[in-house]
Amino acid sequence: MSLFRAASHQNSDLSKLDGKKISLDNTLTILSFVILIIVVVIPMTMIVYNTFFFKGKLDTRLFNEIIANPENISAMRNTIIVAFWVTLFGTIIGVFFAWLLGRSDIPLKGMMRSMFTIPYMFPPFFGAMAWDLLLSPRGGYFNKWFMNLTGMKTAPININSLGGIIFVETSYYFPFVFMQVVSALERMDPTLEESARIAGAGQGYVIRKITLPLVRPAISAGAFLILISSLSHFGVPSILGFSQNIFTLPTKIYQLISRASGEFQGIREGAALSVLLVIVVMLALILQKIVLKSGRYDIIKGKSMRPMLIKLRKAKYPLLILSFASLFVIVVVPLVMIFLVGLLKAYGLSLTPNNFTFNNYKNVLFESKMVKDSIFNSLFLSISAGLICMFLGVMVAYVINKIKPYGKGLLEIISVLPYSIPGMVLAIGVILAWSGAFGINLYNTIWIILIAYIARYLAFSMKSASASLQQVHYSLEEAARSCGASHMQSLTDVTVPLIRPAMVSGFFLIFLPAMRELTTSVLLYGPFTRTLGVAIYSLKTDGNLVQASALASFTILLIIVCNALVRFITKDRKGV
Amino acid sequence: MASVKFENITINYGKKNIIKNLSMDIRENEIMGLVGPSGCGKTTLIRALCGFIKPVTGNIYLNDHLVYSQEKRINIPPEKRGIGVVFQDYAVWPHLSVWENVVYPMKKHKVPKDEIQKRATYALEQVRMTGYERHMPSQLSGGQQQRVAIARALVSSDELIILDEPITNLDAKLREKMIIEIQMIQKKIGTTIIYITHDQETALKLCNRISIMEPDGTLVQIGTGEEITKTPKNRFVFTFIGVTNFIPIIEKNGSWYFNVDDEIEFSHNMPAGYLKGKKNVMGIRPTDIMFDESSKIKGKIAHSVFLGDQYDYFVQLGSKELRIQRNSFDIASGREYNEGDIVGLSFLHPYYFEDTKEASL
Repeated sequence: MSLFRAASHQNSDLSKLDGKKISLDNTLTILSFVILIIVVVIPMTMIVYNTFFFKGKLDTRLFNEIIANPENISAMRNTIIVAFWVTLFGTIIGVFFAWLLGRSDIPLKGMMRSMFTIPYMFPPFFGAMAWDLLLSPRGGYFNKWFMNLTGMKTAPININSLGGIIFVETSYYFPFVFMQVVSALERMDPTLEESARIAGAGQGYVIRKITLPLVRPAISAGAFLILISSLSHFGVPSILGFSQNIFTLPTKIYQLISRASGEFQGIREGAALSVLLVIVVMLALILQKIVLKSGRYDIIKGKSMRPMLIKLRKAKYPLLILSFASLFVIVVVPLVMIFLVGLLKAYGLSLTPNNFTFNNYKNVLFESKMVKDSIFNSLFLSISAGLICMFLGVMVAYVINKIKPYGKGLLEIISVLPYSIPGMVLAIGVILAWSGAFGINLYNTIWIILIAYIARYLAFSMKSASASLQQVHYSLEEAARSCGASHMQSLTDVTVPLIRPAMVSGFFLIFLPAMRELTTSVLLYGPFTRTLGVAIYSLKTDGNLVQASALASFTILLIIVCNALVRFITKDRKGV
Repeated sequence: MASVKFENITINYGKKNIIKNLSMDIRENEIMGLVGPSGCGKTTLIRALCGFIKPVTGNIYLNDHLVYSQEKRINIPPEKRGIGVVFQDYAVWPHLSVWENVVYPMKKHKVPKDEIQKRATYALEQVRMTGYERHMPSQLSGGQQQRVAIARALVSSDELIILDEPITNLDAKLREKMIIEIQMIQKKIGTTIIYITHDQETALKLCNRISIMEPDGTLVQIGTGEEITKTPKNRFVFTFIGVTNFIPIIEKNGSWYFNVDDEIEFSHNMPAGYLKGKKNVMGIRPTDIMFDESSKIKGKIAHSVFLGDQYDYFVQLGSKELRIQRNSFDIASGREYNEGDIVGLSFLHPYYFEDTKEASL
């Protein structure tokens, strides 16, 4: 009874307020647009502007020069060659192992499966470092050993080549296809295959004509992930290619920018080249849209079913040995190599226990200020980028999914755009936008890296929050409103608690990759703002291989601990 | 004990018009049934009343206080309107226990603690959910969740409660019980209740008055269940209330004929209720068609179905198949009717409606 009277007394006040007070919905919408414009739109625009305009006038000379430069043309050719072969090999390997684990009766599946996802956790440039230590033509341990053994004068395997780059990238990117296809195979209705067998089709025929076509959408989705990641990949080609003057577009951009050492002309050149890279990636994205649109099958169900397992019979143990051999090469060798070299007194000494020491660890972890700074910086950046993106992602997802203002499609595109844009390009945009162009100079500070991280990772938390918000029906919030909760209270009492698991996982989706980020920070770091990835990279390029390895080992341990932590936390909350 | 008044309400979703110029009064202390087929805008209208969507035109009054007005730019937020709502999908918060769900509205209204305890316990008792206080909604069946939602609505307002298809998920027995329960609660507290449903039978049992909405969102008729049953305003209402037969009628030289391929004369005088100068259709309930040996109107029983307490006969009259229902008891004490029999028919309470294309359902 009292409620109504209270309402009626406030009638006049509320009517005055209405239309003048900006509602919560409008505030959130405007805020989302403003933040995304600052973080995403301005840097992107700055790249295009600086490429095609000079001193306020349209000037395509720079872009034409950059395109015509033979060095850049060869970089572009290398980029495409590497991406093509990595995609091809990665897809074949991914599909093969996915089928082996998803559909055959090969033993030790659980163990192999978790091992196959290990490359997923580590930055590929760790692998490149490890293989460089083993197979570089002059100092590589394997090459030296083999040359001693056979008396050959030249190294048998040269990892510092396009082939080497393709090999290392493949070993880190095939899990994209592997994981997509394995989950598709597991969700596929097994009766589709069984009915083919009953109809008289042989084993091989079923695989070719039934199984593969059914998982084709998953295969192409994974393959395009590989293609796009590989096109904009920086770490591996920079570690393996620089010494032999093999450049891809991302490494060429890096070279231009770092050679410029802050000079505007060099940054402009980098920007122009990055426009070229964006064009290549966009072409791949368009192709992806076209391919993924066609050929969706509805027979892959959400439920998991017990699939029909194919008996490998005689092929079982050869295939098992092959799998373990591949796992050994892809996963174990690089990891062991990094750990062992991290223990060495000096690079080049033989890998025997009397040459081992913990000094490198002591040096990097306790004595080097640069490394200590970098650990602190990476922690600070990952945690703050994770937290900011978590809240920002929820806000943007809320605006897109619940408020649905005019231009929500645009908002969605802006927020996921940086996900497809190479990190290198994003970094240049951030430099162009926030080193004085608008009166704010953040260059060489940690804040410029933070802005780049936020732009780069926002899509992760936004997507995670979006998926979760779509499950929260309108009526849950409305029920709170009609129970007397204000709009803000309905958010804090109902919506936010319901999507909390997605927020937590959104945080870790950002925290983990940000901890080992290299591509973006390598262009943005200043004297005191190295990140962990940059610190390892600089140690390695300075030739301090043992300390680089020690720090990399430490990072690997850190990542493993964090991953275990995430698993523990997310497992705990599954019931919510 | 609130009254509600809608004035000239028009609601659009984007460019699509849902409700046009609707006006309606809901009196204090009544159970008003808002009935119409799915998708006719019942829920939309109620969401406007709750303050979740803004009508394009019109005013909404609660107890003579303006809570929404387009012209005067008044829009009281939902939490200040003090309406208890049971949502179609229950909207029981999955992260809160049954008890936390039920006490939430009272906490927001700053009800004293011991009062909260008392009212929540009482409300749970009324919906027969005592003992489930610590349960999480995921541990409850659909029907139980619905009852939690009802309890939550009961404690959140003693002025006006809106029930949006609140008992559709309960089994038949429990549904009967809940109908009685809702009536008892209403009598005891005197809360005004708006009851939304597409199920006319429940509405007729439960509601003091019923508003019937057409599929396009217009309000056709408001009245007591009796009024609506006895004097349906148009063909739509007549169909909506129960099973019907429609027979096209034509008038020729002062006689009236069933127009069923053959023209069968049935009256020399203008039938009561006949709409002169319009194309007419006769509406008649299956129970209002009698087997009458003396009638000149003859039909042939195509088939019959025994349904326990009643027989359903499908009788061919010209090209039209009529449905006729007879009480099993009456049939047992009279003559037997078999498939293929020719029977005389008389028509007890015919209604006449204009025969329009759109109205033919």
